[in-house]
Amino acid sequence: MPSQTPPQSEKFISIEGIARRYPAPGGTSTTVFENLWLPMRRGEFVCMIGHSGCGKTTVLNILAGLEAPSEGVVIADGQAIEGTSLDRAVIFQGHALLPWRTVLGNVAYAVSSRWRKAGRAEVEARARKAIATVGLAGSEHKRPSELSGGMKQRVGIARALAIEPKILLMDEPFSALDALTRGTLQDEVRRICVETGQTVFMITHDVDESIYLADRIVLMTNGPGAKVAEIVENPLPKVRDRTQLHHAPGYYALRNHLMDFLVTRSKTLRDAMPPGYDQRHPPVIRPSLSETDAAALLGAEAPALRA
Amino acid sequence: MAASLSLRAGFLSLALLVAFLLTWQIAVSGTAKTEAMDPEYAALMGASATTGKSAMPGPLDVGATIWKHLRDPFYDRGPNDKGLGIQLAYSIGRVALGYGLAVIVAIPIGFLIGMSPLMGRALDPFIQLLKPVSPLAWMPLALYTIKDSGLSAIFVIFICSLWPMLINTAFGVAGTRREWLNVARTLEVGPFRRAVTVILPAAAPTILTGMRISIGIAWLVIVAAEMLVGGTGIGYFVWNEWNNLSITNVITSILVIGLVGMILDQVLARAQRLITFPE
Repeated sequence: MPSQTPPQSEKFISIEGIARRYPAPGGTSTTVFENLWLPMRRGEFVCMIGHSGCGKTTVLNILAGLEAPSEGVVIADGQAIEGTSLDRAVIFQGHALLPWRTVLGNVAYAVSSRWRKAGRAEVEARARKAIATVGLAGSEHKRPSELSGGMKQRVGIARALAIEPKILLMDEPFSALDALTRGTLQDEVRRICVETGQTVFMITHDVDESIYLADRIVLMTNGPGAKVAEIVENPLPKVRDRTQLHHAPGYYALRNHLMDFLVTRSKTLRDAMPPGYDQRHPPVIRPSLSETDAAALLGAEAPALRA
Repeated sequence: MAASLSLRAGFLSLALLVAFLLTWQIAVSGTAKTEAMDPEYAALMGASATTGKSAMPGPLDVGATIWKHLRDPFYDRGPNDKGLGIQLAYSIGRVALGYGLAVIVAIPIGFLIGMSPLMGRALDPFIQLLKPVSPLAWMPLALYTIKDSGLSAIFVIFICSLWPMLINTAFGVAGTRREWLNVARTLEVGPFRRAVTVILPAAAPTILTGMRISIGIAWLVIVAAEMLVGGTGIGYFVWNEWNNLSITNVITSILVIGLVGMILDQVLARAQRLITFPE
């Protein structure tokens, strides 16, 4: 069931009717998505899940200002997004470090771009602080080629955090890492974001990652013509322990719901949306705890979630 | 085999050199049949006619000549008799000037072409047409317009160094990774700072490759250009010694030209290693 429109104060970021079309051979155009609406709250961690080709990365690039939507606007903190901004930091999938600069050099580059008049000492101090936050103190003078994949992505995170952005945008930041490193980095990101109250928009296709990290999970149907099928509120407590997460009430119901979506509903929903579906107000699904508890205990087969 | 590869390669090089020098020495030490001739004519014809000695100098003759040049490289006894060092200095000076001018012109234009697809497309026909022209074909035009043979040689060096640098710079700039450019964009880095802090370091290895190709071509062309314009320079020296029938000096010049070319190449190779970043 569609939820109430969130009050205006809750719309820290508001995606309003954006579309993205690419020219196709024969003078026609391919529509990746159109009339996409999505609100985000301040301090919220939002994960977007969907299959390849549903336009997740395009949505993120539009939020970053790297791409312009074919139609519609995005309002961030009361202002329409026109181009890139230092208020919106991006953590790229492939870390995107400048290989000719050291760890400190990469982070300092971002810092000196943010505070152009800052002196050398201040830039270095801020950069060192950000590097320490991601646990890389002592590696400041290493070059990216000397770092492991996980460490490189830590530098990418430090660079994004160093400019104190209002919004952090992450495009599958951990997908190229091994499982162990990915887990550690997820812990770090979760800790940093909870501590600083950072607003985060993250793209992933890892269901467990979204459950562990997100406050709300946006489900995209398959493209072309992708839609926001629903926004799932994560019922798990804000303080999450990775080792105990799968015992938390509601965990399995949520996980099964997401898996079912990825396996079947992402396709069926694209072809036919349920009656009453309104693209302007995608349904917000909020699992009811008592039922999911029961579902979790029973081993849960169906999505026992209630709007 | 315990010795390292480079040690073994060194020994093999040395052995090949010794074998070559020995063969050379043996090949020129034989005497040919001499014909009876008028003694005055024989005196004019020299040793090869009177004693049957080979006209081709042996390695020892060349060695002696090199030693003579090394002992006094900078003498100046008039326009047709200058030390090898002076001739080389002229050549290196011309290459440095022409090549330097080419760097100043090629790198900014290469940046422009690499950053702007419009300019790239617009300038492409000119580059494609002018690139395959032998630099010496420019010489008459240069002599006619500049009216100075020294400057014309510099112009020819400029024009032959231009293309590899221009094309490599454009290629390197256009090939800057999108993700690095996106980093600069999300950090709101202005166009000038972006060019200097992202595109230049990213394209630098490719630019240096172009510069290395160019210095090689410039050093090839200067010899031919100086043969044409005459006066000074190692190219002129070679031609002059050919006219003097001093084969020892010609062989000496060949070695010296090779040596300088190698040094120029190695200097740029060193520079290239310095600015190449591991990924």
